[in-house]
Parts: sequence; C-alpha cells; structure tokens
Amino acid sequence: MSGAAVDFAGLQCPIPLGDYPQVTLAHGGGGRLTHTLIERMFLAAFRNPALETLHDGAVLEVGKGRIAVTTDSFVVSPRFFPGGDIGSLAVHGTVNDLAMCGARPFALTAGFVLEEGLPMDELWRIVRSMARAAEEAGVAIVTGDTKVVDRGKGDGAFINTTGLGTVPDGVDVSPRRACPGDVVLLSGRIAEHGVAVMSVREGLGFETTITSDSAALHGLVAGLLDAVGGAVHVLRDPTRGGVASALNEIAGSARAGIVLDEAAIPVAEEVRGACELLGLDPLYVANEGKCLAIVEPAAAGAALAALRAHPLGREAVAVGEVVAGHPGRVHLRSRIGGTRVVDMLSGEQLPRIC
Amino acid sequence: MRFVDEYRGAAEAQKLVRAVHRLATRPWTLMEICGGQTHTFIRSGVDRMLPESLTLVHGPGCPVCVTPLELIDRAIAIAGRPGVVFTSFGDMLRVPGSAADLLGVKARGGDVRMVYSPLDAVKLAQKHPDRQVVFFAVGFETTAPANAMAVWQAEKLGLENFSILCSHVLVPPAMEAILGSPHNRVQGFLAAGHVCAVMGFREYEPLAERHRVPIVVTGFEPLDLLQGVWMTVRALEAGRVGVENQYARAVTRDGNLPAQELMARVFEPCDRAWRGIGVIPRSGFRLRAAYARFDAERRFDVGDIRATESPLCIAGQILQGLKKPQECPAFGARCTPEHPLGAPMVSAEGACAAYFQYARSA
Repeated sequence: MSGAAVDFAGLQCPIPLGDYPQVTLAHGGGGRLTHTLIERMFLAAFRNPALETLHDGAVLEVGKGRIAVTTDSFVVSPRFFPGGDIGSLAVHGTVNDLAMCGARPFALTAGFVLEEGLPMDELWRIVRSMARAAEEAGVAIVTGDTKVVDRGKGDGAFINTTGLGTVPDGVDVSPRRACPGDVVLLSGRIAEHGVAVMSVREGLGFETTITSDSAALHGLVAGLLDAVGGAVHVLRDPTRGGVASALNEIAGSARAGIVLDEAAIPVAEEVRGACELLGLDPLYVANEGKCLAIVEPAAAGAALAALRAHPLGREAVAVGEVVAGHPGRVHLRSRIGGTRVVDMLSGEQLPRIC
Repeated sequence: MRFVDEYRGAAEAQKLVRAVHRLATRPWTLMEICGGQTHTFIRSGVDRMLPESLTLVHGPGCPVCVTPLELIDRAIAIAGRPGVVFTSFGDMLRVPGSAADLLGVKARGGDVRMVYSPLDAVKLAQKHPDRQVVFFAVGFETTAPANAMAVWQAEKLGLENFSILCSHVLVPPAMEAILGSPHNRVQGFLAAGHVCAVMGFREYEPLAERHRVPIVVTGFEPLDLLQGVWMTVRALEAGRVGVENQYARAVTRDGNLPAQELMARVFEPCDRAWRGIGVIPRSGFRLRAAYARFDAERRFDVGDIRATESPLCIAGQILQGLKKPQECPAFGARCTPEHPLGAPMVSAEGACAAYFQYARSA
C-alpha cells in the first residue's frame, strides 16, 4: 500500500448521496455507474499500483519460494457489531487463514455481492473499514469485483476475499504434523467474537461491553515462527465452531488424541457470564483474533514467550497436549476433576429452553 | 465468576465424593429429574466419580423430549402457513417431527424464529400486526410463568395476532407415574431445583410419604448435584423418607407465589400425553376458557394429525429411568445428532445427547 497513512475518519462518502443514496442494480450493470462506484469508492479507498491499472486482473511480482492461497466469504449478520464489521472481518479472516499456513500475506482480492437498496453510506463505511484493516495489516487489495442482486435476493452485502502470501523456507505447518507430546498453546481469551455478534442480533440484543476480538494475526505468527520455526507443527485460528471444532479437526487429521485442561482455558468473566445465561459452551463459540499453536514440547517455553511478546498474544497459555491415546478424539479434564469428550457439534449451538 | 465458581471447586467435589463413598453401603438407584442436571453430571464427569454401587438414571425433565410427536407435526404444519411467524426456544427447532423439523420449514421459506423469551414473541406480534405470531409454549413449571405472562400481556394489549401452541407438563404427576409403575427401580430422587424455585416443594411431601422415598430438591452445578446425591444416599441408608432441600439458596417450601398465581390465572390442569410415555392424568396445563382465543390449536385448523414413532427408539424407557442411553441398540449407530430417531438425541437437555457428546469412551 502507499506509504502515507490515510485519515479514514475524515473521509466523506465519495458517491454523491443526493444522486444515489442506495445501491441500485445499475451499480452492478457494468456501465457508467459501475465505473463510478469502482473509481470513486473502491479505488479511492484501496488505492495501490496494482489496482490502479483497473485491468481485469492484477499482475504481481513474486520472489522465489512457496505461495499460500486461501479464499473465504463473509456473510456475517448483523454487518456491524461491537469491535468490527463485515469489512474488517473480510480482511482479518483471510489474512489469518494465510497466517495459519505459516505464510506472510501480501495481497488480497475483494469480491462484493451487494443487495439492491443497500445504503450507499453503509457501503462506504464497510469499504473504509476494509481499507483501514488492510492498511494496518500491510496487505494490498489488488483486484476486485462487484455484483448487485435484486432486493430480497441477498442480505445487504456479502464479501469474498482471496489472499496470497509467501511461505518462508523451513516453515512446515500442517494439521497432520501434530504428534504425541506436542503442547497446545492458545493466544488469548476465547469466545469474544461470537458473543459480541450475538449481543447485537435481532431478538437477542443484550447490553454488554464485550467486543469482537477480530484482528490480523500474521504479526503474532511471524514472531512465533521467527522464535521457534520448525518446532511449530500446527497453527489454526479457531473461528466458526470455536476451539473445540478446530482441535477436533486437528485430532482427526493427525490421527492423534488431544487432552485439554478446562481450568487453563482463558475466558473473560463477562463472556463466561453471557455463555452461562445463553446456555452456550465457550469452547464452541467463534473467535476472529485468536490462534492455536501446536508445538514441540522442548520449544513450548520459547514459543509461549514469543506469543506473549506480541500485543495480541499477551495472555497466551498452554491449554493442553497431544497424546497417543484416543486418536481423533479431544478429551477435556474438567475443572472439577472429571474427564469428558469434547465432540464436534452437529449443527449450530442452539440455546436451550430453561 | 461469582455464584458459579463456588459450586465447581475440585477440592470440595473430592470431599463430597469421598463422603458419598463412605456413606454408601448398599446399591441404590437414584433419578435426577431434570435434563439440565443430567447434562451437568455427564459433562463435568462427576457421575463417574461416584461409587459403582450407585446407579444414576435420568428422568423425564427434558421438555423437548416429552413433547408429543403429533404436536411437533402440528407446529410444523402451522409454521408452514403463509402469514405466520412461528417462534420457539432454540432447541425445539431441531427436534424431528414425522417428516421434517422446524429448521426444515425455515429452509423451505417458512418464517421460523428463535426467541429467548415468549415476551419477545409478544413484541413481534405488536410489530407485525398483519402477521399471525405463534409461540411454541413447551416446558415444565419453569417456563410456564413466563408463558402465562405472555398470554396475559397479549390480552392486556388487545393483540388479535398472538397465540401459543401449548404443551406444558408438570413434574409431580410424572414422578407419581414413575413410582406407580410395576417396573420402577428408582429409590430416591434429585428433584429439579428450578421447577421448585417456582413451585416450592409442598406438593412433593405427600408424594414422598405415599411412595416411601426420599426426594432432595437439588441445584444444577456439579457441587449441588454431588451434595444432592450425598443427601439422598444419607436418607436411603438411614431409611428416611420425605423431602429435603439442597438448593436452599433458590428454593423455599412455598416457592414463588406471584408466579404461581399468574399461572393459575391463565392455565388450568389437564391430562397430557408425554412422548414415549403416554397420557398421564392431570400432568399438564392448558389455557383456561377465558384465554382460549390465544390457543393456536383453535386458531389454526391443520386437520387431524396422527404420528408414528420410530419403532427403534426407546426414548420412553429412558425418560422413565428404565434404561440408559447406551443400552439402546440404535444409540450412536442408527441414531445420532445428525440423524436422530428421537428427541433425547437432539435436545440440549436430552440424556442421549449428553452421553453422545460427552461420555463416549471418555
């Protein structure tokens, strides 16, 4: 991205609202209005040399070595929630998926599916938030696409981002590499994103100061890899399905067991309270700024120190270990001294009756 | 977290576990009434810390599980009607009817919404005067006061577009049915603390006397349950019958009188069918005649619905404490949370779901 920091807060919506206060089908029609939207809104916010060519695709210089690619679509409802919005999430989510491959992200693409009638200033808020998140993460949005669908055929705005990153030599991160003896590290408190989003859902709104943990984790991961490199076997950001589902997937891929220590898993008081009330298990609630790292036991101390040296990993802790027993299964030593299985959920967590 | 962590301490748990081991000299079979208690047992693992001579069987206190299949089919039929907003607590949405579940109706375009309180459904009715808002009023004495309040408010507001599909059930008649069965094996009960917080425990006293059993009103945290087990075993070993109150921090002998008054104003006792168990006399609530216009069964004629249960599902025996989930040949094989044969496999309070989620080979 260009060097000078942009004063996002001071920017006005560049589409004259008097003309088009809402997104219309013509904004996706490929004609003059599409062109205006791209030039005045997307290019204005995301400006960088690759995007400025306004070509059908971006041509990028890449050094030697391996490239990581990932794609993710964002449909979060509501679009704005405490601590973030669909725009910042679309950047963080994809940057984090790259980071979890051990990659250093350098470019994103952005595809927008907008619903006819979406307020133009709301789109501007989303785009501005994306631009800020990309700037902070040091990645460029190099190409994009916009489609508009009939009113009622979408939910305001959906965003797809594809990310590209380079994988440094010596880094070999894969869920299959978890092996017995490895230590499971967690970068901080869990369940904040899911609870923050739920707190503003229609019909569920409750007052809280909980904000989403949505953040780009590649800096945190780079610090970890710099410190202990090849000793990092698995990285995973526990998003949808939470820590429980992420660890189940890893246990399945690695054909190893995982044992978690309930008392070690950090959950903020307010989040625990909200989960108790709603009948949810924080282990299954989404995170957007947390990282699980499975590392060799000899490197666990150094890995933990590296995580804690980064602002996003200050509360990093060891929460469990990989074991040879019960392959494919995650067990949990409960606070009270019992043991239970931590299974995958078959669907969404549904709040109970009483 | 205050008022929670105090009841989850490992050291205190060990103390209680040792006390139960010292106390129990004979085999005893205890039943916890409420599905929430079942889940705490299995989830925290405290059931596996108890002496092997104690058998815990799981009671009928899972509102989702005992709601008759016919009524779920009726709910699905109403929810699929144009102009209807069908509202329900979350865990009712995934319970299988004969051919579909409520989430399936939503997927096909029905307006099915999860609410946290029946009063939210009343608000929806106010907000959408052109739609018929129906609330699926299931549950025990715990949810009945809020549901009564919803109907009472709807009447005060003069809402013509709000109704409830009512399937309220009551704990004491179900305990009576379990104790009166020739197959009964339950010797002592952990009664459901939240139900008693509303109802008090006077009505359990004659039940305990008549059937010569101890009944201990018990809370929902691991230490509550361990203490409830300890108190029940203590009574059994001493040959004592009657009601004791472990959950004194929430329950009084008389209960919540304003809540009882509101329930009595809106509802009246009636015979109810319990899924898998059958009709139990005077075991449920229906709307009183004065509130009958809020009855969704009257408002929506969906015809005669007859449903047939899966012959493989033994939910009825599980809900009466006659069998445990792993004793079912379909458990974990033909019947899983993805393809449930019966409600206990999908409900957040179902015994089968608890064993499937937390206890398989742990």
